[in-house]
Amino acid sequence: MKLITVSGPPSSGKTSVILKTIELLSSEGFKTGVIKFDCLSSYDNLLYEEKGVPVKVGLSGNLCPDHFFITNIEDGLNWGVKKGLDLLISESAGLCNRCSPHIKKVLAVCVIDNLAGINTPQKIGPMLKFADIVVITKGDIVSQAEREVFSHRVKQANPVAHILFINGITGQGAFGLAKRLKKATSTETLLDNHLRFSMPSALCSYCIGQTRIGKDYQMGSVRKMNFSLE
Amino acid sequence: MNNREIKELIISTPLSELFAKYPYTMNYFSAIRVEILNKQRTLAQAVKDIPEEYLEDYGLTSELFISNFVSFIDQMENDKQPAENLVESITIIGGHDKFGDPEKANIKIRRGEITCIVGPTGSGKSRLLGDIECLAQADTPTGRTILLNGLPPDDEHRFSVESRLIAQLSQNMNFVMDLTVVDFITMHAESRMVENVPLVVKNVIDCANELAGEKFTGNVTVTQLSGGQSRALMIADTALLSRSPVILIDEIENAGIDRKKALELLVKKEKIILMSTHDPMLALLGNRRLVIKNGGIARVIETTPAERDNLNKIERIDNKIMELRGFLRSGEIIDFDIDQFFSDQPPVLHEANNFSGF
Repeated sequence: MKLITVSGPPSSGKTSVILKTIELLSSEGFKTGVIKFDCLSSYDNLLYEEKGVPVKVGLSGNLCPDHFFITNIEDGLNWGVKKGLDLLISESAGLCNRCSPHIKKVLAVCVIDNLAGINTPQKIGPMLKFADIVVITKGDIVSQAEREVFSHRVKQANPVAHILFINGITGQGAFGLAKRLKKATSTETLLDNHLRFSMPSALCSYCIGQTRIGKDYQMGSVRKMNFSLE
Repeated sequence: MNNREIKELIISTPLSELFAKYPYTMNYFSAIRVEILNKQRTLAQAVKDIPEEYLEDYGLTSELFISNFVSFIDQMENDKQPAENLVESITIIGGHDKFGDPEKANIKIRRGEITCIVGPTGSGKSRLLGDIECLAQADTPTGRTILLNGLPPDDEHRFSVESRLIAQLSQNMNFVMDLTVVDFITMHAESRMVENVPLVVKNVIDCANELAGEKFTGNVTVTQLSGGQSRALMIADTALLSRSPVILIDEIENAGIDRKKALELLVKKEKIILMSTHDPMLALLGNRRLVIKNGGIARVIETTPAERDNLNKIERIDNKIMELRGFLRSGEIIDFDIDQFFSDQPPVLHEANNFSGF
């Protein structure tokens, strides 16, 4: 089975892009399933179910969503195999911009939209920098100039990725993505495989439930800003 | 630039020299805010000055910083090559419509030609455009094949041209950046790495003003422009600055812009123009029309001499309508004999003198 990690900021159009791509894949007989990783709630499973796509939702709740992702993806892979899928897509939103679910030797896609602002490609970090394919959405509502400047900025941030423009509403461009997903190498197991980039280091008192403010309550991995006046 | 030359740049060229020679490389550094490197050092030396933890925050290691830099220069040098010269013609070889009936189409579209696409909403226009965009090789749901310069593009060519083959102009497009016209076009010109940025920016604005009904200066913000001015600026910018050899147009609204001039500009810039329109003047300005029905190209109509004759008459009516708009804008009363007006007699105008609003 082929595993694909799809990541991108909230509301960038991940689900629309995946749905349009699955439509093309299933018309060629590819059985595709999705695992949707989210934090508090997700209704996207309904969109997938409506199209008859096998879907599993994982909510990280009060845990770091990416730590949650990586501790569950191996079981997710086995779920996909048991379901008899040809292709399994994991969909997750990079919420702190420092997150990246991309795994070595597993095809990595980042979805980002033209409305996000031209500095966004530099801001979102590893999930864009370590992607093999960058999908740019919402190109139908901004000017050609903005589209060209935006993709130029994406190239600055990740000069090796392949850039694709997809319209999540009409599906224009989704064929290029479907074609590349079909060519992805299979992942039999994730055991002993590595993330492309380390997860954010988060092990301070606030990670484990501290709520009080003040120096005395800050413990573990803590980084202080410099507020001196000079 | 070949790999050896890039390596040379990294190992033995001081950053100051590198920046002078390839100004765009500065962006690569400013993107992670390391402008304050010692510019007398080479990249290979300077990267050692950046703490590993700092790079890590940006998802980088020193090796990756260098290897990405190599790919970056490679990409940018490749981008400098004008893609518009890569494509002389596009050939669409028919596949089948959504009922599986074959399309009897083999259409060659050349630079400087306008091909209109007509058909009801949902008939399959965006599929056709999508096929062109991904250079379909009988491997999309429509079974169409797209040739570049008469030949099937090899994979490498497909890769290098795909994401920049097509520029789009549509009625739904807006400017979303809040910048002045000059800053906006400058940013686009810089990303295209053109030689003389201020001159190109001036040309784009002058050109847009030739198309726009109402003139504007470079100091207004793009979001303040009227609909017609925005469209004029988008068209001038696409004609003069976009690298894409193919332009897809989804209607040009009949307000505040000289549409014929706009199309002539794109034709003059040797673009391959595909335009979805149901406006008789625009449609007959084209060299041909593709009629889309049930997901397939049902008919190809080359514009006939009789249609060209009619075009002249339609243009005359269109100009008359434009003239009426002008009257409205300057506060005239439209109470003259309209039949006479359309039959080319100069109208007798009255100033609006019965207005008692003040």
